[in-house]
Amino acid sequence: MTFVRTIWLITRKDLLIEARSKEILFTTLFFAVSSVLVFAFGFVREGRAVEDAAAGILWIAIAFSGTLALGRAFERERQSETLRALMIAPIPRPALYLGKLLGIVLLLAAVEAIIVPLVSLMFQAPLFTHAWLTLGLLAAGTIGFAAVGTLFAAMLVRARSRDVLLPVLLYPITIPVIIAGVRGTSALLQAEVDLPMARLWLSMLVFFDVVFVTLALWTFEPVMTE
Amino acid sequence: MSTPGGDLDFTTLTLTDVTRSFGRRRALNRVSLHARAGETIALLGPNGASKSTLLSIIATLLAPTSGEVRYGPHEGLRAGAPLRARLGLLGHDLYVYPELSPAENLRFFAKVYGVEDVERCIADALDHAGLSHRRDDPVSGFSRGMRQRLALERALLHAPRLALLDEPFTGLDDAATHALRQRLATLRNSGCIVLITTHDLETIEGIVDRAMVLRNGIAVELPVGAGSLRQRYRASLTPLSSSR
Amino acid sequence: MQKLFVPFAIVAAAMFVCAPFIILAAPYESTMGLVQKIFYFHAPIAMTMFVSAFVCGIGSAIFLFTRRSGADRVAVSAAELTSVLGIIVLVTGPLWARKAWGVWWEWDARLTSTLVLWLTFQAYLLLRRYGGPGSDRLAAGVGLFGMANVPFVYWSVNVWRTLHPKTSVVPTLQPGMRGPFWFCFLAFILFFMLTLHLRTRLEKRRAELEALYLAAEE
Repeated sequence: MTFVRTIWLITRKDLLIEARSKEILFTTLFFAVSSVLVFAFGFVREGRAVEDAAAGILWIAIAFSGTLALGRAFERERQSETLRALMIAPIPRPALYLGKLLGIVLLLAAVEAIIVPLVSLMFQAPLFTHAWLTLGLLAAGTIGFAAVGTLFAAMLVRARSRDVLLPVLLYPITIPVIIAGVRGTSALLQAEVDLPMARLWLSMLVFFDVVFVTLALWTFEPVMTE
Repeated sequence: MSTPGGDLDFTTLTLTDVTRSFGRRRALNRVSLHARAGETIALLGPNGASKSTLLSIIATLLAPTSGEVRYGPHEGLRAGAPLRARLGLLGHDLYVYPELSPAENLRFFAKVYGVEDVERCIADALDHAGLSHRRDDPVSGFSRGMRQRLALERALLHAPRLALLDEPFTGLDDAATHALRQRLATLRNSGCIVLITTHDLETIEGIVDRAMVLRNGIAVELPVGAGSLRQRYRASLTPLSSSR
Repeated sequence: MQKLFVPFAIVAAAMFVCAPFIILAAPYESTMGLVQKIFYFHAPIAMTMFVSAFVCGIGSAIFLFTRRSGADRVAVSAAELTSVLGIIVLVTGPLWARKAWGVWWEWDARLTSTLVLWLTFQAYLLLRRYGGPGSDRLAAGVGLFGMANVPFVYWSVNVWRTLHPKTSVVPTLQPGMRGPFWFCFLAFILFFMLTLHLRTRLEKRRAELEALYLAAEE
């Protein structure tokens, strides 16, 4: 079985499981929407959102819901120790990591498909004028966040205090992703759209993704074996 | 059945002075073992006797603090994926996805292990487990015994050379126990090395070739001889000095 | 290292005794006056903290890929030192900033990177403390990622901040200031190495004690 097909096999299994109950999808989605609302109340003054709030709110909602989704996804694996079963299977460990990563990214993409239009609507933020760039920022940012998150969540599966440790570990490392995502999106939402700036942030995100996915692929095996 | 990643195979399993400590606790103390194809060996011992730790080490999930595990000529840590293709593990946690049906679970693992003729393999496995009539129901609705039967078949799906079974008789009723005993007999005939940990001495009577007792991290082989397994086990539990 | 320890310790102690005098003798900075002198401790400590984080990252990588427990001992010691040095930096920084510019905090690249780095290594220590068995390998992963993250954090905060007007943080060094600055830097690096050695040795003793316990059970 080729490397790529192994990845897809694992992702497909995760999607199949999720499709049965849709539990993670719905709870994460609801959480994301609630977060957006809560932030909105925090940042809306005299009935109008503070400038720049839309980008920040969007990305914080993604970060928080991402953390939640990661925790839940790996909790599932923990219950029947199926991650162990996969570790003992003759699949290359990097394929296991990438398979789980792809699953998380697709889940978050589904959530973003709802909250991006929502934020756009609620804050009159023209997120779709430069659709490709916005999409690029969202994709690169989500991949970066999920790349680090998948590794950390996988390695915490057998640790104690894993629920609280995941955000504690994840947020400092993903700060560049958040900064780039927020600033890049803001650059597209400004009155005077700053395309070069947005492109610059996008390139940084892509670079971040390359570096950290590579690092994760290297360290997945040593970190997961005892 | 195909063996992905090349055709690594072996006919013996050798543990030499395997030791595993967790901080100050020594779980396994210089455990040595030699098994040949077609042998079924029971691992007995009181609870918390690190039997599961030993199985984890043999399954390459855990590295020993010192000592060596060899699968034929191949050394454990280095052999990688081709070796793992020849191992089957039934753990304490069953390693099946409760949200999926037995057929889906087996199909996933069959593909992971690169089994040829997936559908026939699944049908056979479901047959052995007696779950053919529930093949499309989610596993979450199954009793512990049913899950155990499914988990066992999952572990044996790819016809491993070495089967590691942690308490396989837990939760099984009489009919299932009988079926499992027969399954183990078939395995033995096919040249599989089987290691079983269990408390159930009566059930494994007659289907194991040898038995080892693991106590305080030290493994002692029960002498082959007259007397039932339980008698020999009890004999070995008399003061430690006599087993040194 | 053992034999050199005491001579180095004496040298370090002597340097710290001399330091106040050297700092006092340094020229006054034009705008900030006396307060600026905190810089002679603040900046070297910050640089030492980065060195410490780097040491932890390298130690973590070596531990992950070669399983040498010596590397892990160095990594955990360096992480603790990063944390302590970080606290000093993050306290002295605002103290200086308050007096010099009237604000407690500035979202500039250096300060923010330091804060993020400190948070990352706090996470490392929390993981080791509360993660249960096996958390040494997990923490090594965090240490490695934390170190790899430093350039990204610095760069992104830098670019983020250049869009807004910024007050200068570190003035370019006048000639008269370079001497005391590098003197203090050397003193702190020496201090770091000595403390790292002591702490690593403590970890080594712990490991030896565990081995003795195990041997005694034979």
